Amino acid sequence: MSTAMTELMVGTRKGLFVLHGEPGSAFEVTARAFAGDPVEYAVRDPRSGRIFASVTSPFYGPKIFFTDDPEGEWEQAEGVALPEGGDEFLVRVWVIALGDADDTLYAGGDPGVLFESRDGGATFELNRPLLKHPTRPKWQPGAGGLCLHSIVPWPGEPDRVALGISAAGVWLTDDAGATWRRGNEGLVARYVPEDTPADEIALCVHRIHRAATRPERMFLQFHGGVYRSDDAGETWKDIGDGLPSDFGFALALDPADADSAYVIPLIADIDRVTPDGRVRVYETRDAGASWEPRGDGLPQDEAYLTVLREAFDWRGEADTLELYFGATSGTVFGSGDAGASWFEVAAYLPPVHSVSAGG
Amino acid sequence: MPLVRLREPLKRLAGERSEHVIEGGSVGELLRELERAHPAAKGWILDERGELRQHLNVFVNGEPSQQDARVEANDRVDVVPAISGG
Repeated sequence: MSTAMTELMVGTRKGLFVLHGEPGSAFEVTARAFAGDPVEYAVRDPRSGRIFASVTSPFYGPKIFFTDDPEGEWEQAEGVALPEGGDEFLVRVWVIALGDADDTLYAGGDPGVLFESRDGGATFELNRPLLKHPTRPKWQPGAGGLCLHSIVPWPGEPDRVALGISAAGVWLTDDAGATWRRGNEGLVARYVPEDTPADEIALCVHRIHRAATRPERMFLQFHGGVYRSDDAGETWKDIGDGLPSDFGFALALDPADADSAYVIPLIADIDRVTPDGRVRVYETRDAGASWEPRGDGLPQDEAYLTVLREAFDWRGEADTLELYFGATSGTVFGSGDAGASWFEVAAYLPPVHSVSAGG
Repeated sequence: MPLVRLREPLKRLAGERSEHVIEGGSVGELLRELERAHPAAKGWILDERGELRQHLNVFVNGEPSQQDARVEANDRVDVVPAISGG
């Protein structure tokens, strides 16, 4: 396979699909793994070449597997479990993220737990300070469970990480996970009465990403609201004006431009499909002051798609930024020109849980 | 001693053997001992609480059973995926 080709790891309800291709035309399915099992997320670590997949067998529970060859043997990573003998069990691993330090990976799961690997993903260890956080008894799950779905390292500062947990809000550490504090100031939960005490509010964060060239800046898709932080997640400002809806899950950034963000609005929490039967990605290049629809090549008639939080990713940057997202309809779309135009990557996959792009 | 029968992928994880003669007085004891003897299978049958995973079924001599079911020396215990999980 040419290294110039783009590689997509598409996690679906019925297995992992590895796709290769070049922007502009449909990609080829070059491998399928874990046939029949839900694959929540998969990613290739470019540092090692290893592929990691989070698989939630309905029969045998959630596991992380890794391989160098997606059509070959997969090995189970060790340590991906809660302490034995407790009242809780690991429900699902939502995401696997690459840490800033060499050989460091993270995994986030339900019930709001973080795992860390220091050996390139062969073994993971549960982050106990987050598991034992004194506020945990008040954490509330979202519709998808108590899911830790966003793990946001800080380039060049491996001790600093931000987390997004639905619906326990934003969590920040500056000491490699030894302590955690909230980072929720400015987030407004419109789904509870305005006089609800702050510590009783379930903050349903849907997705977080950090600007690569300005790490103190982060963008956040909320359960009603799109936000930006310019102080590393301490405070947040609503930047959703100009969108047809500020509800959604998926979020992407251009690594070359700290003022950029892409979202895929859905109608509302009670109707989680694309508005007006049109599939449109919205782009900002001024840090959320304005938004522009990017729908050229996407279905614009009777198209009611749902795009989940892990199902939007990018490769490259600036004018050659590639964007890819998948829908629960089983369709994957891509853009090779930073969202100016779109093409169909794959049409008939099982419901798409996640997309990660590399190559 | 009771006989525990496994199907794939549990068979593969338990030393590529589908049949295991294990000492124990209840279904739960047999399954815990099976996972202890075969670390690769740990967490695949029982979750962290020690509970049988939701979409696995256990039959004792063909009868649907629970973890606390008693087993005798000549009993046969089958661990099979439930139709509810797929």
